[in-house]
Amino acid sequence: MSEQLNVTAPVRLTDAQIRRQMISEFWFYFRQNRGAVVGLVVFVLLVLIAFLAPVLAPHSPTQQFRDALLVPPVWQEGGRSGFLLGTDAVGRDMLSRLIYGSQYSLFIGVVVVSIALVGGIVIGLLAGFFGGWVDNVIMRVMDVILAFPSLLLALVLVAVLGPGLTNAMIAIAIVYQPHFARLTRAAVMSEMKRDYVTAARVAGAGRLRLMFRTILPNCLAPLIVQATLSFSSAVLDSAALGFLGMGAQPPSPEWGTMLAEAREFILRAWWVVTFPGLAILISVLAINLTGDGLRDALDPKLKRS
Amino acid sequence: MKKLMLFASVLAMSAAAAQAKTFVYCSEASPEGFDPAPFTAGGTFDASAHPVFNRLTEFKKGTTEVEPGLAESWDVSEDGTEYTFKLRQGVKWHSNDSFTPTRDFNADDVIFSYDRQGNAENPWHQYIPGITYEYYTSMAMGDLIKSVEKIDDYTVKFTLNQPEAPFLANIAMPFASIVSKEYADALEAAGTQAEMNNTPIGTGPFKFVAYQKDAVIRYTKNPDYWGTAPIIDDLIFAITPDAAVRLQKLKAGECHLMPYPAPADIDTIKADPNLILDEQAGLNVGYLAYNTTQAPFDNPKVRKALNMAINKDAIVEAVFQGAALPAKNPIPPTMWSYNDAIEDDAYDPEAAKAMLEAEGVTGLSMKIWAMPVQRPYMPNARRTAELMQEDLSKVGVTVEIESYEWGEYLAKSMEAGRDGAVMLGWTGDNGDPDNFLSVLLSCASAGEGGANRAFWCNEEFSALLNDAKVTADPAERTALYEQAQVIFKEQAPWFTIAHSTQYVPMSNKVSGFVMSPLGDFTFDTVDIAE
Amino acid sequence: MVRFILSKLLYLVPTFIGITIIAFSFVRILPGDPVLLMAGERGVSPERHAELTALLGYDKHVVLQYFDFMGRLLQGDLGNSLVTKRPVLDEFLSLFPATVELGLCAIIIATVIGVPVGVLAAIKRGSWFDQVSMTAALVGFSMPIFWWGLLLIILFSGILGWTPVSGRISLMYYFPDVTGFMLIDSIISGQKGAFVSALRHLILPSVVLATIPLAVIARQTRSAMLEVLGEDYVRTARAKGMPQYRVIGIHALRNAMIPVVTTIGLQIGVLMAGAILTETIFSWPGIGKWMIDSISRRDYPVVQSGLLLIAALVMVVNLLVDLTYGLINPRIRIK
Repeated sequence: MSEQLNVTAPVRLTDAQIRRQMISEFWFYFRQNRGAVVGLVVFVLLVLIAFLAPVLAPHSPTQQFRDALLVPPVWQEGGRSGFLLGTDAVGRDMLSRLIYGSQYSLFIGVVVVSIALVGGIVIGLLAGFFGGWVDNVIMRVMDVILAFPSLLLALVLVAVLGPGLTNAMIAIAIVYQPHFARLTRAAVMSEMKRDYVTAARVAGAGRLRLMFRTILPNCLAPLIVQATLSFSSAVLDSAALGFLGMGAQPPSPEWGTMLAEAREFILRAWWVVTFPGLAILISVLAINLTGDGLRDALDPKLKRS
Repeated sequence: MKKLMLFASVLAMSAAAAQAKTFVYCSEASPEGFDPAPFTAGGTFDASAHPVFNRLTEFKKGTTEVEPGLAESWDVSEDGTEYTFKLRQGVKWHSNDSFTPTRDFNADDVIFSYDRQGNAENPWHQYIPGITYEYYTSMAMGDLIKSVEKIDDYTVKFTLNQPEAPFLANIAMPFASIVSKEYADALEAAGTQAEMNNTPIGTGPFKFVAYQKDAVIRYTKNPDYWGTAPIIDDLIFAITPDAAVRLQKLKAGECHLMPYPAPADIDTIKADPNLILDEQAGLNVGYLAYNTTQAPFDNPKVRKALNMAINKDAIVEAVFQGAALPAKNPIPPTMWSYNDAIEDDAYDPEAAKAMLEAEGVTGLSMKIWAMPVQRPYMPNARRTAELMQEDLSKVGVTVEIESYEWGEYLAKSMEAGRDGAVMLGWTGDNGDPDNFLSVLLSCASAGEGGANRAFWCNEEFSALLNDAKVTADPAERTALYEQAQVIFKEQAPWFTIAHSTQYVPMSNKVSGFVMSPLGDFTFDTVDIAE
Repeated sequence: MVRFILSKLLYLVPTFIGITIIAFSFVRILPGDPVLLMAGERGVSPERHAELTALLGYDKHVVLQYFDFMGRLLQGDLGNSLVTKRPVLDEFLSLFPATVELGLCAIIIATVIGVPVGVLAAIKRGSWFDQVSMTAALVGFSMPIFWWGLLLIILFSGILGWTPVSGRISLMYYFPDVTGFMLIDSIISGQKGAFVSALRHLILPSVVLATIPLAVIARQTRSAMLEVLGEDYVRTARAKGMPQYRVIGIHALRNAMIPVVTTIGLQIGVLMAGAILTETIFSWPGIGKWMIDSISRRDYPVVQSGLLLIAALVMVVNLLVDLTYGLINPRIRIK
């Protein structure tokens, strides 16, 4: 059905060509933003680190060197070359734990955004497409969820489900999902009035096809921007839950959990406190930089359409 | 002229203020309330029972011995079921803005204090909706006390259903604090019963002044105190739940004394010339209780072998940072009747492996439960479980670590047929060995709702405990408890982990602080140098 | 206008009912038994357990419990804490001022710094100031504030010793609560040094709490300004030769402030979430820490009513933001 969009185009392009053109156009805008490129590079590096963790990490993240408790980083007095960033209270290598921790953060981000995105899109589509009381009920429920501060709601949800990584991810996804639902609904409602939708409907497109094939692709831009935003918030919030003892449970090397464990050493071993936080900051920053670039690159197109 | 007088009085006031000695204690938790009877947390008692109230009997400072308190003396009947207390005369109740006592402490107050806890008909039994008397109930006082009678204004007679050796220690516990009947009547007349819990009136060394929730409690010295009046004029509790923050405040001079330092900070504190560190073996034990009804843990030799496979010293070093005594008995060494002749199982993975094989146990996999919270007897259960996991893997035992949310953990660990060994501990209430052994290891407590999480029922062991409970002679009781500990060691229902050491860091200006083996913090004898 | 407000209020009713259902049902399905938690290591006999459960009303059917809960709620009774046995509302009210003081201070810091920085960055678009401030804003926006707080404590309290570690005021000062705001009460008390002491205690937590809102406000102000500066009427004003400061001060700023005010208002949710972390780190005796503690203690009535109060609060503030928005932007009202 999407060909119909291009009927007026002077040259008839194939789908693949359109896609290629769109991507190159997107890349052109994205490249303009230097920060975004830096962010993307860092992000790609993070992904690589996460995938190559078993190769990169000098030690196992949970192996305890009982003769090396709280060894400072290598450049400080008392540091050992075997432990570049020092060790924690039970003698685990900080660097290895940080490297493995990247797996958690990325995994959390991907899972949370996927659940929230899919759930939000389906709910938003339903609300926007059917309108009436369906819309009313759904949107009231979303309002209710949004009335609670997200972290507080996630905390209570985790308390209900039981502390742990999976439950933390589910809780955060549930809390984020209304944003996607609202966006989708708003986009659907504005798209519904457009000619191409009417045309498709007249042409006899089924409801599902209309929802997912015709309308959804045209609402994607704001959803992508929201998804990157949620990705970074998910990393932050899951770390916060870990810090409050409600997220990933020790001994998993999740950064927030590491920080929580390190709190009692705040006066004695700065490295166990500093590095995990820095790792969180860097990854969230990289994702946000990339997200900014994405938004800038997608925005002009939004305006033009 | 008026102005001048005002000025003079201000001057006088500020002069007095300069001399006033204010002592600041960085406490670890907000008190649940200020009525000692309905609550169970140690932090609550430090803020209510100890500064504000007294009991008929008291623990002698720094010991678990019982000495006279509001009761000057007592007689015990031949059969050990009747206690007649002679009450102290001339003991003044505190006063505050809304209450001025018209009479001294007397027998009515004693009767009221016990009756409101034990008698559901007493109007003060439920003076706040949902209030319960958990300590009174769990110490089985209701089953024990038959009646409390007033003989005259200064004589009270307690009649018990059966002889109970630890009774005098029981009534020295915080829940048995004596509250004012006259104050209760006044509150009832005014319809403000809840004030009993918000604004306490007691007979203790300090008067309650004000409480700002989760922040500060203020007390002032009780000049009419019947004992030795405190040296300091004002006592302040600065509520600081975080151990690292407490230490920071102590170092910065924002408080003078703090409880429960993080084990990691002990060395720093020792090295600081401005701080003093008092230490004492705590009245507690941390343990790993096997499920002695589950195969192969129903075999004492298997339990013994597993005990030998775990490196206890390494746990004490890594988890407690050395701030604990490796435990060999279920009761701590500061407690009377501790059997020091018992030898601990030596750490010997080779022998342990051989023993397991001899019992036909190979490829064993088990669960170890680690509680999700920090407890006074166990700073980090998860870390301990990880260490055990590694040790046991060396003798071919695969360990899976299990954890639940704290309330769930407590519930599930009590369920019969529980899979795995559970880590837990105990802190003594009244310094009596019965309070450890009967509560944690007797047949009676192995049933539903009991605290015997090994589900271990040894008839011989339980019989020794029951004999000791009705024996009045301390020497005889000691012998019985010592024998019980021998059986415990042979049967090994637990892996005894450690008795954590209690540390109390304080400013070097502080003098006169006495550590309590029961873990109480009391400040009626402290002084600070300017 | 009255109609506008009324319709908005009416709209809140179903949301509020939804909130009560969520607050109630979440808390009722929390695992862990408050009765067992109170008993601790000691354990509790089955009979006693049943007795206590009945006493607390947890033996009834959940739906009945909900109606009980609503019935009491309508009478203004939010229940009693299981831990302290005190009315939840009393506890909330005694801790609330601390959180409000912290939150207000944070939002003031965020606005006072964020708005001018955003405006300047927009005017000098592409300059080094723009780049540095917007990079800083993005770092702030990405900050795990629980870690940021720890770092500041290590630096300012630990190493430099400039600020106190925790609490709201030095214990030397003791005066009655009048407003519940330390800064104001300390002035009323007239005690020398009290105000300074309160301020010194407040500064680190409010800086930490202000971090994210500050970043959001600065970024939002900048983009709102940029948008307005590109509008026709601004260009016209410039073309007419109106001086730069007047263009910005009168036309641009006023219009750019509409979305910014909304942004500031919407930060309340962010602040509440931040307060949970900030108060935990600084042992600040406020609502956030109270909620965390109550969740871990399974203090059902407190979690339940606390959730409800906080959500209601967020709702009311959002309503106020809506109304303000309607006031400064009449177009919306007419629609």
